[in-house]
Amino acid sequence: MSLLKVEHLTKNFGGLSAVSNVSISVEEGELVGLIGPNGAGKTTLFNVLTGVYTPTEGKVLLTKDGKTVELNKMPPYKITHQGVARTFQNIRLFKELSVLDNVKIAMNNEARYGILGALFRSVNFYKSEAAIDVKARQFLAKVHLDELADVKAKNLPYGKQRQLEIARAMATGAKLLFLDEPAAGMNPQETHALTDFIAKIRNEMNLTIVLIEHDMSLVMSICERIFVLDYGKLIAQGSAQEVKNNPRVIEAYLGEEE
Amino acid sequence: MKNTFLNKKNLTWLILGVAFFFLIQLLIQVGVITPYYRVTMYWICLFAILGVSLNVIIGVTGQFSLGHAGFMSIGAYSAAVVLRSMPNLTGLFIGMAIGALISLFVSMVVAIPTLRLKGDYLAIATLGVGEIIRIVILNMKITNGASGISNIPYLISWPLMFFFVFVSIMFSANFKNSAIGRACISIKEDEIASEAMGINTTKYKVMAFMFGALIASLAGALYATTYYVIKPETFGINNSINILVIVVFGGMGSLTGSAVAAIVLGIINNVFQPLAEWRMIIYALALIVIMIFRPQGLLGTSEASLKTIFSLDTYKNALKGLIDLVTLKKFRVAAASTGKGKQR
Repeated sequence: MSLLKVEHLTKNFGGLSAVSNVSISVEEGELVGLIGPNGAGKTTLFNVLTGVYTPTEGKVLLTKDGKTVELNKMPPYKITHQGVARTFQNIRLFKELSVLDNVKIAMNNEARYGILGALFRSVNFYKSEAAIDVKARQFLAKVHLDELADVKAKNLPYGKQRQLEIARAMATGAKLLFLDEPAAGMNPQETHALTDFIAKIRNEMNLTIVLIEHDMSLVMSICERIFVLDYGKLIAQGSAQEVKNNPRVIEAYLGEEE
Repeated sequence: MKNTFLNKKNLTWLILGVAFFFLIQLLIQVGVITPYYRVTMYWICLFAILGVSLNVIIGVTGQFSLGHAGFMSIGAYSAAVVLRSMPNLTGLFIGMAIGALISLFVSMVVAIPTLRLKGDYLAIATLGVGEIIRIVILNMKITNGASGISNIPYLISWPLMFFFVFVSIMFSANFKNSAIGRACISIKEDEIASEAMGINTTKYKVMAFMFGALIASLAGALYATTYYVIKPETFGINNSINILVIVVFGGMGSLTGSAVAAIVLGIINNVFQPLAEWRMIIYALALIVIMIFRPQGLLGTSEASLKTIFSLDTYKNALKGLIDLVTLKKFRVAAASTGKGKQR
């Protein structure tokens, strides 16, 4: 059974159909690429999948512990609680907070105390905070950001900010990650490092990843399967080789032959 | 591991608080703080509580509110009404509790729809809420309409005031330094990302708003018993803006900054008292100067911690900043650089 199943998904903005009748499925443990020319509806699709937009039509189904959960009616934070997290095309870190606090916020669900526990500093508060602190630091060590734990997010170099954003999404406990252009604005070395990072975390933590990317070297090297969107429609899917030679994809990117 | 309340940090704060309490108490007993100065001191305490509580909403959670005086008036009127038939401390506490419950209820009802708004719209909506509360009080029998309630028994004392200042600042700090506070800060930083991280942003915004309203109503009750008289117009937009000024002056997001700002503004108010109408001009100038030289507020977003309180550098820097301020260094630097520009 596939982990994520998208059935006939449509999102209209007025008369514009940004995503129309898209059906895809993602298997557990897969690393899938989502490509397409500018304005093809890739980010809109992500926004629908993560609850930022409610779909006009169609369903988003997630398999969780053998049960099927319908994501398309949930607000974003509940979708995150189902084990689905994302990053953003333009980095959205909590800039004024430290790397550690960025991760702690993603782990906020682990706090085992309510408002009274916080105000009166119950025993649970101290236990819970200590546990979160340990867990966040261990997590940072796993993603090789532990040395930067106390640095403010805005003071990180660009590549590290991207890395932190991915790490923060993982820290929510997500099993399925949506990465929106993780390599945008990176130079070839940084892209290479990021490619390694994504491949590594995926193997180590058993993640399923869907990523949007324009950097074809990244997409072709790590994605096992690729979906191609154009004008909101799914025009092709398959392995890197298949997609590369698909005439419709070439047409979408380069235009029709005269 | 600091697993319980009894860690070094908490104990030091407690000792500092108690020491401060006895210092002021001593000064009152010896007669250094005369009843005249005590009025200023109580003003400072009240506005420290109000500033800190508004800062939880504006500075920590990033939700602009101009209705804080409205919640203050709920507390003030509840206390005043109960004190009419029960003119003692028990009456005050009962009034406080009633005011707190009403505030919590009103703030929840108000918060759920209005906190969906952002920026200017939220400011206007909360401004409206403050005005609605004022108009309702103006037209109710029990609150005695426009003439307000007078002859409220004077029950305030330094121990009572200190208790509430200490408790409200402690609660605000505990609020900020918890998972709830982290969630609130993340909303201020980036609401979309916050939601994507699994944070129920509406819930935390409402929580912060209700918390601020609750503390404001406590301050309102204390206000009523400190100043004998309350009228609807005492709690109008002017008062909300006064509280906002304290938050901005001290630094948005810095709870201790609000307390410091209340002290500084209280002292400025008092020192220039003899100058009568000039006082407001100087007060306004002080605000303008701060906004030019330190737009982030006195403390910015950082909190006064034990480390900074006990470090000499803090006071050196503060003194240096003050000298720069008085000698208008920024203007001199700016003038010098434009002068150079002209030469070229």
